[in-house]
Amino acid sequence: MALEHADVLRAAHLARLGLSDDDATHYLDDLGRILEMVDRLQALDTEGIAPLAHPLDATQRLRADNVTEPDRRDHFQRCAPAVENGLYLVPRVVE
Amino acid sequence: MQWETVIGLEVHVQLATQSKIFSGASTAFGAEPNTQACAVDLGLPGVLPVLNEQAVAMAVQFGLAIHAEIPEVSVFDRKNYFYPDLPKGYQTSQMYDPIVGPGEVEITLEDGAAKRIRVHHAHLEEDAGKSLHETFTDDTGRAMTGIDLNRAGTPLLEIVSEPDMRSAKEAAAYLKSIHSIVTYLGISDGNMAEGSMRCDVNVSVRPRGQAEFGTRAEIKNVNSFRFVERAIEFEVERQIELIEDGGKVVQETRLFDPDRDETRSMRTKEEANDYRYFPCPDLLPVVLDAAYVDHLRETLPELPDEKRARFQDELGLSAYDAGVLAASREMAEYFEAVKATCGDAKQAANWVQGELSGALNREGLVIQDSPISAPRLGELICRVMDDTINGKAAKQVFQALWSGQGASADEVIEAKGLKQVTDTGAIEAMIDQVIADSPTQVAQYRDAEPDKRGKMIGYFVGQVMKASRGTANPQQVNALLKKKLDALC
Amino acid sequence: MHDKTLTELSASLAAGEFTSRELTEHQLGRIERLDGALNSFITVTPDAAREAADHADAARAQGDAGPLTGLPVAIKDLFCTDGVLTTAGSRMLADFVAPYDAGVVERLKAAGTVSLGKANLDEFAMGSSNENSAFGAVKNPWDSTAVPGGSSGGSAAAVAAGLAPAALGTDTGGSIRQPAAFCGITGLKPTYGRVSRWGIIAYASSLDQAGPMARTAEDCALLMNTIAGHDARDSTCVARGVPDYTAELAAPLTGLKIGLPKEYFGDGLDPAVEAAVREAISVYESLGATVREVSLPHTHYAVPAYYVIAPAEASSNLSRYDGVRFGHRCENPSDLVDLYKRSRAEGFGEEVQRRILIGTHTLSEGFFDAYYKKAQQVRRLIRQDFLDAFQDVDVLMGPTTPTPAFDLGAQKDPVSMYLQDIYTIAVNLAGIPGISVPAGFVGKRPAEGRPVGLQILGTHFAEQRLLNVAHRFQQATDWHLRRPELAEENA
Repeated sequence: MALEHADVLRAAHLARLGLSDDDATHYLDDLGRILEMVDRLQALDTEGIAPLAHPLDATQRLRADNVTEPDRRDHFQRCAPAVENGLYLVPRVVE
Repeated sequence: MQWETVIGLEVHVQLATQSKIFSGASTAFGAEPNTQACAVDLGLPGVLPVLNEQAVAMAVQFGLAIHAEIPEVSVFDRKNYFYPDLPKGYQTSQMYDPIVGPGEVEITLEDGAAKRIRVHHAHLEEDAGKSLHETFTDDTGRAMTGIDLNRAGTPLLEIVSEPDMRSAKEAAAYLKSIHSIVTYLGISDGNMAEGSMRCDVNVSVRPRGQAEFGTRAEIKNVNSFRFVERAIEFEVERQIELIEDGGKVVQETRLFDPDRDETRSMRTKEEANDYRYFPCPDLLPVVLDAAYVDHLRETLPELPDEKRARFQDELGLSAYDAGVLAASREMAEYFEAVKATCGDAKQAANWVQGELSGALNREGLVIQDSPISAPRLGELICRVMDDTINGKAAKQVFQALWSGQGASADEVIEAKGLKQVTDTGAIEAMIDQVIADSPTQVAQYRDAEPDKRGKMIGYFVGQVMKASRGTANPQQVNALLKKKLDALC
Repeated sequence: MHDKTLTELSASLAAGEFTSRELTEHQLGRIERLDGALNSFITVTPDAAREAADHADAARAQGDAGPLTGLPVAIKDLFCTDGVLTTAGSRMLADFVAPYDAGVVERLKAAGTVSLGKANLDEFAMGSSNENSAFGAVKNPWDSTAVPGGSSGGSAAAVAAGLAPAALGTDTGGSIRQPAAFCGITGLKPTYGRVSRWGIIAYASSLDQAGPMARTAEDCALLMNTIAGHDARDSTCVARGVPDYTAELAAPLTGLKIGLPKEYFGDGLDPAVEAAVREAISVYESLGATVREVSLPHTHYAVPAYYVIAPAEASSNLSRYDGVRFGHRCENPSDLVDLYKRSRAEGFGEEVQRRILIGTHTLSEGFFDAYYKKAQQVRRLIRQDFLDAFQDVDVLMGPTTPTPAFDLGAQKDPVSMYLQDIYTIAVNLAGIPGISVPAGFVGKRPAEGRPVGLQILGTHFAEQRLLNVAHRFQQATDWHLRRPELAEENA
């Protein structure tokens, strides 16, 4: 599955990474070879093998429905780049 | 050409948990911005989710209520996309193995017939935050949007129907059924104005008789029963006109604008989404054993369908009355409490649907806010049934109780002297007086054909009731009057 | 002082030979003098360290001291530390002061340890050389022209250079074991789920695991007693009893069954490394162990499977860095997409971008089954290889890395760099524990030797056994006692 320039730009857009055409060209070669290395997997017959998402066969623990977190807005917003009236600011979103 | 409408609904129900689906922050509505967004909700570096057991229980209860399959294993996936109200850049949802499998919901059509709407599945997910388009500006004066993440992480149950509805009315009926099931279960407050229940509608049209579906449009975020009907009606008309004019429906997302009563396409340049779903590595498979599911099944409250059937079969109510009274849990509980006090289901049904519902509607109140409690109304009905008061006086007592004059029916009856006069001698005296005072009417009565007299007696009844200030027993008055007048003929 | 092990320092503090404040001053002094050349720390916290040391000394005076009270440690800068800069080695978080402590950091603080600061690392733990740090490469204390390994390169270098007696690292594909091997120290990657991930900046959630890095297995055991255990905030952290990891250290190895995976001794293995490892194995035979060859048939699929799974998880884990709530934000974004694209392109370094691109591509529509699902199926086969092997043997042994530390700037090709992790990466996919212990040196001249690591693997939750096996080796050898000569030290 050869990787093309457009694939790099498409992935970059999905991942919201601002890449120029030149940047994409720069990555294309490495990414292509990484995928080539990854393509070794295709040689293996995995028919009927269940995918393994977690190394331990554990199951989800559930949390009691209690409110445990107090308001720490000021503390958490100290590391925020732009806030006003307790809101995080972003460039105007057009609906 | 005859067109058929095909509708499927995705209903998002906010579950009424105390804390969020993956964190211990409060879900209370209306707090100051970002005061209920904890480290997990903000997606700070290094934080991890832990699943709320109540959200799981509520989802399973819903599944059981719609007779759905509850799979032993369900899995959370990440739906990846960037949006400012989505702090982690992905929404934790369930794509491949949802917590609730296929089920069905029964709706009642206009002609009273029942129809089953299949539910494809229901899954748990986290809600996003809110964007506030107030007047913020950055240093350079550029317009900014404010992000409030209090809602982020509120548990949602997304209920996805099959495309089984064929009209706007069916869609609204389905939505009402879902609303009544979730409020019966107490798993959501069902408050559509506060966004506790939101709905995406998939609409397509096809020539009647055609098997395959037409291209559908998805109308996002329709937030009231009425808007669902109106949005579908508009959209159906738009699609039919488009096709009949030689055009084609495009698969797209549309927004309903209630002010203009129309749907319109969302950003046309919107690129195809690629959400890159994959199992969330921070959460493990949720395994529900049979004993747990059985326990939840045993503790389910009686559901709207079951109540409706019982109201008809055991209490002898009409299908219509049973349907209205069972539609909301509060209404049904009120009705059953009235019935428990007065012992007569039909009387209770009549009063709740008649006098009480009328008064509530006039004042824009819901039944939980009724100034007359169910036991008080039951006592009032008792006084009618044991002939202490007549129907007319009962309405006076109801009005008095409604406006807070008197704590009980008995107190009002006593205070206003509304106790029914049943003493034959007293009634006869009043009748004699009325006959004596109405020579013209008596003459007319006498001259009338016997079969016309029945109608004419009304005048005399009215006069006697008036003389008794409404307290005379109307049946007695009728009988005695007829005897006395006929004696004069 | 800095030549002592953590265990020895613990005894010295208990015996009153010196105070924690004196020890801390000594370590801060060494960092001040020596770390300019090594660059093993991103942030040093002298004031907080002195305060914690005084607090520890006061506690000891009150008779309230545990085994770790007053002992200095370095913390990989991937762990959130309340009120302290937490960068993940990235420009994205260059100004990020974490508002909370990681679960492991809480445990270390509660045990009375003294944090000296935050150790350098490959950006977001992505790398095997520590050259991918926005705060500069780290030098190997044994040879300033060599890399210290990665991603926990700063942690390993700081311990090897005697700047800290122990450090916390994380290991996603070898990030504790490989730098431990390159720097001649001991590093344990515990079983997945043994140590809390709460507050560790995520790289690949189903592979990440924190662990101790120190001079000896005994020191690692001491740290494990504090950092291992359940944390209700991490769904993947197991609720399972924690043994005393120091209790069985000295147990005899008579009858120990060692398996040598034949795939770990094949092409690409530096003969000098192989010789060192085989020599180490003969030490075990002399201690009463038996050795047999085993096979892990899917070994060669581990690196490909890893480079699907880890970048996929990473691409999603790193989406939260969007310039809105924390982290780097570009100047004057013109609109929302511009805010995202520039903030992220400016904030993330090249290797991180490369892995985000790979992960995004392999998860995207049309590729998911061929890559992600396939890799997860292969992951099951790889885990099964290990479980099958552990039916027959108690532990597996082999080299931690195919070569000793390579030269700074030598590995320009990402793929050949990735393939260097062939012996460590499968362990994370399987979730089993592994430890790397110093097992000799390789070099043209003895004085310029670069360390070799012996890797010992056990089945899930076999940490106690691994530490015992490693400790007995260290009782029989002195590789772990060798110290690099630091140029500045002599000057």
